[in-house]
Amino acid sequence: MELLFEPLTYDFMVRAIVTTALAAVVCAVLSCWLVLIGWSLMGDAVSHAVLPGVVLAYIVGAPFALGALVFALVAVTLIGVVRNTSRVKEDAAIGIVFSSLFALGLVLISVTPSQTDLNHIIFGNLLGVSVPDLIQVLVLGVVAFAILILKRRDLTLYAFDPTHAHAIGLSPKRLGALLLGLLALTSVVALQTVGVVLVVAMLIIPGATAYLLTDRFSRMLVIAPTVSAVCSIAGIYISYYLDTASGAMVVLTQGVVFALVYLFSPRQGLIGTRMAKARRRRTVAAA
Amino acid sequence: MTTPAILVDNVTVHYGEVLALDAASLSLDPARICGLVGMNGSGKSTLFKVIMGMIKPDAGTVRINGQSPSRTRREGGIGYVPQSEDVDWQFPLSVRDVVMMGRYGHQGFTRRASKADRAAVDEALDRVELGSYAGRQIGQLSGGQKKRAFVARGIAQGATTMLLDEPFAGVDKRSEATITRLLRELAGDGCTILVSTHDLHALPQLCDEAVLLMHKVLMHGPPELVLQPENLAMAFGLDVLNRDTASSETKPHPGTQTRDGQPRDGQPANGGRQAV
Repeated sequence: MELLFEPLTYDFMVRAIVTTALAAVVCAVLSCWLVLIGWSLMGDAVSHAVLPGVVLAYIVGAPFALGALVFALVAVTLIGVVRNTSRVKEDAAIGIVFSSLFALGLVLISVTPSQTDLNHIIFGNLLGVSVPDLIQVLVLGVVAFAILILKRRDLTLYAFDPTHAHAIGLSPKRLGALLLGLLALTSVVALQTVGVVLVVAMLIIPGATAYLLTDRFSRMLVIAPTVSAVCSIAGIYISYYLDTASGAMVVLTQGVVFALVYLFSPRQGLIGTRMAKARRRRTVAAA
Repeated sequence: MTTPAILVDNVTVHYGEVLALDAASLSLDPARICGLVGMNGSGKSTLFKVIMGMIKPDAGTVRINGQSPSRTRREGGIGYVPQSEDVDWQFPLSVRDVVMMGRYGHQGFTRRASKADRAAVDEALDRVELGSYAGRQIGQLSGGQKKRAFVARGIAQGATTMLLDEPFAGVDKRSEATITRLLRELAGDGCTILVSTHDLHALPQLCDEAVLLMHKVLMHGPPELVLQPENLAMAFGLDVLNRDTASSETKPHPGTQTRDGQPRDGQPANGGRQAV
């Protein structure tokens, strides 16, 4: 018990846990759609490409989210333009655009005074989350979460069958844009905790894990955030006691849980399905 | 004269340099089933997209029951049954979830299902005889059942015009007959149905009329007439009623198998090709 409560006596640990849990939940919910549409690479791209936006926002004193949204839009537009107007394929277009924008962000950081603050954006600074940081994450996280949940059925329709969405008078383009906007918002939320480099993990692993555990999208939307939140908090505790990098530990915990599910899921797992089959065979033999 | 259910008037569509539809015209009366026959690349899917308003034609107009496609879409008038290979069959949705998507146009901001929505979905599922499969994940259905699930979505939607893209691909003879019966019933209720198909043998049983497409509408008439070898030769440039030639005409799609490689009814759904 003491092991659980001791870290909570420090305010910075409480802030770290609240921020991480929140980011983990929002990212996990979004990740359910990303893995099903096949937008994992897009998640990677957008979460990196927001960096220059965040840095510029810092320089001019604007909200990080605004800068991030603008650069998410720039990234997606550029990817589309490069893909559609040259012979370069989409994955290459994504790679070129996001790494260039990310590099631009790094260059901007290197010429901006007070570098320490901004370096935290890259690797996250879980233990240094201030109260204003927490409030920003809280507001953005709640907004993104609320939109995702309220619009979940439309987004699922968009992911599954955009043609039908169009046929019943919805706009697949607008739904896609909404999802990208939410991706940008969520990236900002997660920057605080695990940093630009590892955001993509939080945006993919929980959804992929849940996908291996159920055949119902509505259940994925419960499993993914639950698993993600539990992993993240566990990761923080582990990093506290083992004295390791906290953001990285959060991601590592999620990765380990994915590996376990990948192996042992009774529905889809590599070993789990075989074990279930063997059990059935034994039952049949016994009867 | 009745207002045509589907009116395509002198529609031309280019994709860049490529001409997909060249002043194509087609007028379809209500409550008829029309088969759309043509080679790959003859503009069949483009015609569907134009009717659904997904592509704005470079020239010409489209009217559905006298209204613009966008107005009909908002009223939920157009039902669409996609090609098997365009669907992600691993998607974690149940048959009921998919059919419920037909109701979204009738629902509020969050698409919360009302009692009436649920009743409409149950009724549609019974209509296509999938009531006892409602809870299954969509990939766990046979080829024919998959098609019927999407038809049920159109029924739940209350569509007055239904577009089916290759509904008989990967479907065995018995399910083909079931689907044919179902579509005939729907047409009997006043639904106008446009079906694109490679399966020329099924055409006379299914359709009231057939259209031969090769960028233009080459011919529009009773299926028996359209299927005359000399007429087919116009659209295909060869004798398609000969089975072997017919299958060589199906989809030379890179990376996908031919129709024969797709899961058939009665086989486990994961035994064949799966959408990735």
